[in-house]
Amino acid sequence: MDAIAFQGLIGLSMAMYLWLISAGLTIIFGVLRIINFAHGSLFMMGAYLAFTFYGQLGLPFWLAILLSLLGVGLLGLVMERGFLRRIYGIDEAYQLLLTFGFILILDDAVKIIWGGVFKIPAIPPFLDGAWRVFGRPFPVYNAFVIAVGVAVAVGLWALFEKTWWGRIVRATASDREMANAIGVNVPRVFSGVFVFGSMLAALGGALGTPVRVVAPGIGAAMIIQAFIITVIGGLGNLKGAFVASLIVGILSAYGTLFFPVFELFLIFAIMAVVLLLRPQGLFAR
Amino acid sequence: MADRSPRRLTALVGLLVLALFLLPWVVGRYSLYLAIQILILSVFSLGFNLLFGYTGLLSFGQAGFFGIGAYACAKILLAVPNLFLGLGGGVAAAGVAAVVLGFLSVRHTRIYFSMLTLAFGMMVFSIAWKWRDFTGGDDGLVGIPRAPLEIPGLWSLSVATQERYYYVVLIVSLLAIWAMYRLVHSPLGLTLQAIRDSESRAEFAGVPVRTYRLIAFTIAGLYAGLAGALLTPLENTVTPGIAHWSTSAEPVLATLLGGVHVFGGPIVGAFLFFMLKDIIVRFTEYWLIWLGAIVVALVMGFRGGVASIFARR
Repeated sequence: MDAIAFQGLIGLSMAMYLWLISAGLTIIFGVLRIINFAHGSLFMMGAYLAFTFYGQLGLPFWLAILLSLLGVGLLGLVMERGFLRRIYGIDEAYQLLLTFGFILILDDAVKIIWGGVFKIPAIPPFLDGAWRVFGRPFPVYNAFVIAVGVAVAVGLWALFEKTWWGRIVRATASDREMANAIGVNVPRVFSGVFVFGSMLAALGGALGTPVRVVAPGIGAAMIIQAFIITVIGGLGNLKGAFVASLIVGILSAYGTLFFPVFELFLIFAIMAVVLLLRPQGLFAR
Repeated sequence: MADRSPRRLTALVGLLVLALFLLPWVVGRYSLYLAIQILILSVFSLGFNLLFGYTGLLSFGQAGFFGIGAYACAKILLAVPNLFLGLGGGVAAAGVAAVVLGFLSVRHTRIYFSMLTLAFGMMVFSIAWKWRDFTGGDDGLVGIPRAPLEIPGLWSLSVATQERYYYVVLIVSLLAIWAMYRLVHSPLGLTLQAIRDSESRAEFAGVPVRTYRLIAFTIAGLYAGLAGALLTPLENTVTPGIAHWSTSAEPVLATLLGGVHVFGGPIVGAFLFFMLKDIIVRFTEYWLIWLGAIVVALVMGFRGGVASIFARR
């Protein structure tokens, strides 16, 4: 019984990486109506930048995370201002293709800059160690990741529901022409939201640096996971994305333990069934 | 459009076909291998573009049907070494899967269709990857013979050499290309384009839109299955990677490179895809960064692809 509960806790920390990456994807889709195929690559860039700042340059952990967020935010700004902005009007298939092009570029860029090797740096001392939970050692770092994920969830809720900035963004999401008419600078909101979403993905990647192996293909793997989650939660539905992240994260944790053969199939089957029966997502209002 | 092609184009195509038949006398083993790959990707991409360019549905799951074709062909050839059965069985298996999954997929359009096909394709991939007893798991199936073309008791032709197998792929591909050309210029093809341009208008004109989408989906699946089945005897192995979504991206890229709204676009694109790769990898191992840059440039500047630059509008 304890083993089952413990595995759920492991799944919970896995779910938080998925949550951080799908939160950004969801916010960007909700406002810009763009599916950013390269969103997983931004997660990957966050991880590699954090590796450089923290693992190679030896900067303090917090500073390294902050710098990688800024770096990926800048990259997001270039992607939105330089490219996506010019093709908002055309068929969404081309938006997918453009961002797919970014995946190819970033994957190889990572290989060129960092090479194939990736050494996991040590966990910062103040987050190292383990607590005994359900009679097993549960890493403090996993608890830290869960805390950050929950904090981001609460922060996003407060941001969108309680602040002036959040109201502007929600207004733009529900009717961009009306928002424009009442004086909202829609292009600036678009850029801001895209950069913000990129930084959320980068946070997920950076947080994983001391515990997860990162390889050049990780961006593509993560984006497929994020697609599954945003579909189950409902495209553009932030609350849905949070719950779906928990479902997929915990299900994967149990899946690898109890039915490793069916795990991958099952998750895609759930995605297909949701799309067929409730395309608006499981948690649509 | 290139449809009202001038006589010059017809002559050009004739010359090209002749050159393709003479190719084994001119080029070496490696180039011939490349030519087979180009033909297979052409067939794969033509089927994809019936769905994308002509019907307006972007599928991310074509690798699933490609994989089903390849695995079915492999299982058959391992049991009964007859290439007719292998290719026919691969196409049939992919066709059955396309009817079933297509019936479900065409309930949606746009991004929901793309996501649904992605999910179905990855379900096929996970079966290929995990069902070790049947598919060989991540090792795949090995030692698949390049079996002879055979009508039992009557006739048998060995195609074990690469030259001979090239002719098999060439003839099958040309037939598939010709059939697709007839198809897109038939009333069926025109109906699909009408659906792409305006679903509601087609509906008002009495077109059963969903049925036509299912037909296009099934044909695209058959072509993907044929391409997969042709690949198996060439490589003598199949691995689950061919059913992964990244394989689905190949016909998408080839079609985009060559041109979406020109019949020959996917063929030109398949040629460019392998040529670019072949040229770029001579200079650098990082060819995907260049492919990515080309994709970005095409989307930003030349959404009609390379063929549209030459096609008469």
